[in-house]
Amino acid sequence: MTDVIDGLVEREYAFGFESDIETERAPKGLNEDVIRLISAKKDEPEWLLEWRLAAYRHFITMVEPDWAKVQHPPIDYQDMYYWAAPKPKGPAPKSLDEVDPEIRATFDKLGISLAEQERLTGVAVDAIIDSVSVATTFKAKLAEVGVIFCSFSEAVREHPDLVRKYLGTVVPPRDNFFAALNSAVFTDGSFCFIPAGVTCPMELSTYFRINAKETGQFERTLIIAEEGASVSYLEGCTAPMRDENQLHAAVVELIALDDSSIKYSTVQNWYPGDAEGRGGIYNFVTKRARAGARAKVSWTQVETGSAITWKYPSVILQGDDSVGEFYSVAVTTNLQQADTGTKMIHIGRNTSSTIVSKGISAGRAQNTYRGQVKMLRSAQGARNHTRCDSLLIGSDCGAHTFPYVEVKNDTASVEHEASTSKISEDQLFYCRQRGLNEEDATSMIVNGFCREVFDELPMEYAVEAQALMRLTLEGAVG
Amino acid sequence: MLSISELTAVVDGKRILDGLDLEIAAGEVHAIMGPNGAGKSTLSNVLAGRDGYEVTGRVTLDGVDLLGLEPEQRAAAGLFLAFQYPTEIPGVGNMYFLRTALNAVRRERGEPEISAVEFLTLAKENMARLEMDPAFLSRSVNEGFSGGERKRNEILQMSLLQPRLAILDEIDSGLDIDALRIVANGVESLRSPDRAMLIITHYPRLLEYVRPDHVHVLTDGRITRSGDHTLALELEEHGYAPLTGSAR
Repeated sequence: MTDVIDGLVEREYAFGFESDIETERAPKGLNEDVIRLISAKKDEPEWLLEWRLAAYRHFITMVEPDWAKVQHPPIDYQDMYYWAAPKPKGPAPKSLDEVDPEIRATFDKLGISLAEQERLTGVAVDAIIDSVSVATTFKAKLAEVGVIFCSFSEAVREHPDLVRKYLGTVVPPRDNFFAALNSAVFTDGSFCFIPAGVTCPMELSTYFRINAKETGQFERTLIIAEEGASVSYLEGCTAPMRDENQLHAAVVELIALDDSSIKYSTVQNWYPGDAEGRGGIYNFVTKRARAGARAKVSWTQVETGSAITWKYPSVILQGDDSVGEFYSVAVTTNLQQADTGTKMIHIGRNTSSTIVSKGISAGRAQNTYRGQVKMLRSAQGARNHTRCDSLLIGSDCGAHTFPYVEVKNDTASVEHEASTSKISEDQLFYCRQRGLNEEDATSMIVNGFCREVFDELPMEYAVEAQALMRLTLEGAVG
Repeated sequence: MLSISELTAVVDGKRILDGLDLEIAAGEVHAIMGPNGAGKSTLSNVLAGRDGYEVTGRVTLDGVDLLGLEPEQRAAAGLFLAFQYPTEIPGVGNMYFLRTALNAVRRERGEPEISAVEFLTLAKENMARLEMDPAFLSRSVNEGFSGGERKRNEILQMSLLQPRLAILDEIDSGLDIDALRIVANGVESLRSPDRAMLIITHYPRLLEYVRPDHVHVLTDGRITRSGDHTLALELEEHGYAPLTGSAR
């Protein structure tokens, strides 16, 4: 057992490498000129520039939130770059073959070669290196059924009306400090639109990558499922090893109109910092969905990376009979800190939500579940079930649970269960007696603990998540 | 096969095993009986390599020094322990667990890994003999199993892993008479000239179904008496009291 703990502390980040792509940057710091520059670089319409500037003007009146159970040195928002783009080495690529070989090699190292993705798995990938989308695949196939899947910048150019109609309708620019920052300076992200009645013929997947030094990443993602549409979206991330802390403040908005369904799955494995807590990504993300009548939104997340995670994928259950789900596995080791959970806001009648959170903490890490369930006066017959399980590995880590429950309709029901346990010596010894080594045994027990959440992931992701968990704990037993 | 000499085990300054000697040859079934607190479970834990004991003495299995090995290395060397209280592992499917264990042992033996399909066939054959519902395979390891189901699951694992040395720690505890018969038949069917078994039990009842070649009485951390299966009957009649008395 002691070996496991020592190993976890010594765990090294297996995806730590940095690709050498020439980077074009805006000057350090944040001001209206930088925002105008970003907007100009992207040939944005005037309304979007104004939208950014309004967000910025509000942002500078706000203070960084301090209620999360995380600690970090103050972030100097003026000591960062807000714009970076890979320099094209020639004309823009028309197909994968024309993509910068350096970029392709980076993807190969991550095991997500676009060519392979396209050829073998049938998953469309909108790959992002730094702030510019490099390649988008399968677009033609999706276009046949009217699905739009492209970079956010492209959506602004090609589908400005859709963007303008929905942008900021779920996460308004003034929503919170990090959302306001994102709204002012977001550079790129993904856009999906599934027209009414269409079931998206394939899983949509985006791999995010943070690549240039000291470049804050401000992704903006907008997914719209029209009436009766259905889509499953996958987001996965890894990042190169580096010493500087990096801020990441993404905003994801999901709009699920009546009778539609959106399943959003994340595997997040950004650089968590070294064993002493140096470096690592600060991940302050705002993810929120709005569900119309009978719509269903399901968030599934597997969070193993980042030095600090601040993230509460939420669902506003606006329409009657709408359904919200949140399935989460959050692993923290070394000095990682995670404060994550969800918000389920029940507005419509007979709305229901399910929350399953599995927190795993090792080393000196702190893992917090923070969740809010709100039943408004209108939420006749609404139901919520919440389960939070924490698993501690070793005795220097912490697990915390902060459930906030607010019920204003007395026909609504809210259930909350919580447990905290340790990997038991009995379980480890039992597995080892049957021939499994300590590492395999630990990995098996932890994967078992997470099973309910992994079962919610699309098949290929479930396998990836288990492999990732294994990798996380493999360094563990060294 | 198994050779134990001068085995001592200390926990929190308390000497639980105190110079235990035992030889078991291939093909033999030995039973160790003794009152509560005599050190029976400590013996099985120490042989299987559980942490938390200060151990001295010498234990070899087929000439291999066991005490220097990790639990999984002992398992690979052919040692199997059927637990008195098999633990639950939530979320881990029984089939996945059994196959992973079997493949870990097979790898160690230089045998090819078994495929899921082959494994299923093999498991079902063995389960039929233990009168186990195949649905057991899809449940989590021991989770929500009754006492009898857990014990049968232990014997199932033993029959799949085909160990050189099987240690059965109070495999009869908590079983009703029908479950006892099924478990005992399972054990009996695994008796083989290549295999040694050490049955640790509190009650002689199991030994009516699985007749041991030798019976030993463990009191105060060492073997104080040995005999054939009739010793078990004697104990049933007179209890351990005369023996514990004579040991002091």
